[in-house]
Amino acid sequence: MPKIVLEGLVKRYGSIEVLHGIDLEMQENEFTVFVGPSGCGKSTTLRMIAGLESVTEGEIYVDGKPVSHLEPKARDLAMVFQDYALYPHMNVAKNMSFALRLQRRPKAEIDEKVSAVAATLGLTPYLNRKPGALSGGQRQRVAMGRALTRDSATFLFDEPLSNLDAKLRGEMRAELALMSERVQKNMIYVTHDQIEAMTLADRIVVMNGGYIQQQGSPEELFKHPVNKFVAGFLGMPPMNFLDGVISNRDGKAFVEGAGFSIALPPEKTAVALSHPAKDVTLGIRPSDLVYDPAARDEHALSLSIVVSEYIGAQTVLLCDCGGQKVEVELKSTIPIDKSGQLRFAINPEGIHLFDQKTENAL
Amino acid sequence: MSIAIRANRLTPYMFMAPAVLILVVALLYPIGYMVYASFLDWSPSQRIGEADFVGLRNYANLLTDEAFRESFWVTIKFASVVVTLEMIIGVGLALLLDRNIRGMSMLRTIFILPMMIAPIVVGLMWRYMYHPTVGIFNRTLKSLGFEEGIPWLSDSTWSFVAVVIADVWQWTPFIFILSLAAMQSLPRSALEAAEIDGATGWQKIWMIKLPLMMPVLIVTLLLRLIDAFKVLEVILVLTNGGPGLSTEIVALRIFRTAQEFQELGEAAAMSNSLLMLLMALTIGMFVFNKIQEGRAERMRLAANQEAH
Ligand SMILES: Nc1ncnc2c1ncn2[C@@H]1O[C@H](COP(=O)(O)OP(=O)(O)OP(=O)(O)O)[C@@H](O)[C@H]1O
Ligand SMILES: [Mg+2]
Repeated sequence: MPKIVLEGLVKRYGSIEVLHGIDLEMQENEFTVFVGPSGCGKSTTLRMIAGLESVTEGEIYVDGKPVSHLEPKARDLAMVFQDYALYPHMNVAKNMSFALRLQRRPKAEIDEKVSAVAATLGLTPYLNRKPGALSGGQRQRVAMGRALTRDSATFLFDEPLSNLDAKLRGEMRAELALMSERVQKNMIYVTHDQIEAMTLADRIVVMNGGYIQQQGSPEELFKHPVNKFVAGFLGMPPMNFLDGVISNRDGKAFVEGAGFSIALPPEKTAVALSHPAKDVTLGIRPSDLVYDPAARDEHALSLSIVVSEYIGAQTVLLCDCGGQKVEVELKSTIPIDKSGQLRFAINPEGIHLFDQKTENAL
Repeated sequence: MSIAIRANRLTPYMFMAPAVLILVVALLYPIGYMVYASFLDWSPSQRIGEADFVGLRNYANLLTDEAFRESFWVTIKFASVVVTLEMIIGVGLALLLDRNIRGMSMLRTIFILPMMIAPIVVGLMWRYMYHPTVGIFNRTLKSLGFEEGIPWLSDSTWSFVAVVIADVWQWTPFIFILSLAAMQSLPRSALEAAEIDGATGWQKIWMIKLPLMMPVLIVTLLLRLIDAFKVLEVILVLTNGGPGLSTEIVALRIFRTAQEFQELGEAAAMSNSLLMLLMALTIGMFVFNKIQEGRAERMRLAANQEAH
């Protein structure tokens, strides 16, 4: 299956530039996930790859050949649209078999394909319905089914699970993960949901405001975000940010701020002390904060609870640390004094530092 | 039941009353008048009260009236030919011009000009153009080397062609404009999906655009058909039904029966026959709509049942 490369992709609508030069190399059979806030240009990028949107500048290469002048149908891809884009006058079976019927495949093969896909998507009871008589989630599954009946080289998904309930979404996510391993195709997937992004992706591409912020494996992005935006975007509950100042105490680096003074681990010391600007933002994920009343001051945060949200086995505590907001997670069974100060030890590997001005990681 | 409640129940009818009154006076009275007249032997010199009641004789006469039967046949032929041509050309043009090119809105406005011209003027215009010696068509043919020219309005076959051309010229824009509107309200993304699924331009037209436009197209077709059955002015001016009876459509026949032959009762009977034919068409259109709605309703019900 082909290797897709985007080179300096720019999209302008009139004088409005919505994509400012997207460079991306997707390996063969890779599952690439685009994530980013609403309006950052994910759908636009996907639609340009599909050929539904013209390329203003730059080029798209498939297996080394430029394709931006080709019509969608010459690009051998299947797509799930954000707004489903079903054929309103055809029933579910006809919708799903449309491409195959255009290719004049034998009827037996078409029926077999459609019923197999319909079964995995739980659409069998609705095969004779028109889209107008389906719920939003059912329509979305039909849109998915229409793409999956085809055996194109590349699959494009634009938020294909956004309208499903949590349980169904989980099932479909697992189904997709299975499928992507089984069929070995290029998958390009757009989502808001970071669990989808983290679980499905071989490569995550984080976009914001028409730029790629960072790309890489889920683990890479989670552990080594290049800037504050990526750090805050991936992970749930999101990373905590505390503004502070770097100080040097006898060769040991500290970050000091209102209500905390944290010693940096040895591997961060050199980079922190050599950084020209002293104003930094300390980033710590809730999962790197562990409740520990005995923790030492320089490795811990002292927090007072503002809101406590019970969500079953875990409780999410929204706390205050010298006027800045910090979220932590705690096993619900641990007895705590909700009115007093709580100590949370910081996992030294979970400390991230960002320049306050540029927001880039140190 | 208290008076207040009764008054409440009557309120909507009271609000409707003026509209109903106008409808009865303006619509039903003339129709009733015409239906009543069709049972009379009535000449314009008599008041309606003085005319003799003849029962169904006027209708019986129609059945044996060669000229009327001929005009009925001409009308059906005319309506089906012009509506077919107009649908094909109108929808075809809409398919061609449904794109965002600069100046397209200007072009669209020009296209609908013929519709805005009064039918009498259209008739006169075309009569001059069809003129055997000084008309633009025959002069053009002559300059191309066809000395003979075409007897546009004096040959029975050509005169039919001539009125068809004039009608197509005037009414194609109507279909063009309605189908263009229908086409532009088609779901864009479904067409994009079809492109991704590998549909060619023709396949998109046949498998997506036309089926989705079908409800609008059918209503357009019926509206146009009803109108084509009633056409009068253009043909009156252009050929006055001739030569012979070759272009004498029912409306013209009715006009002449009343004007020239002074048979008001007979003319009313003819009008009623035409009215019944148009009613049948309208009811056809109505039933079509109902069937469509019914189908949608049944599917919604089925969907709801399974959801519970
Ligand atoms: N036809 C257009 N003309 C002008 N601007 C447009 C047009 N289409 C999209 N945009 C702009 O381009 C930007 C990117 O849109 P896009 O649909 O790619 O966002 P997205 O990342 O898919 O968002 P979402 O997650 O909400 O679907 C948006 O700011 C949008 O306003
Ligand atoms: Mg989008």
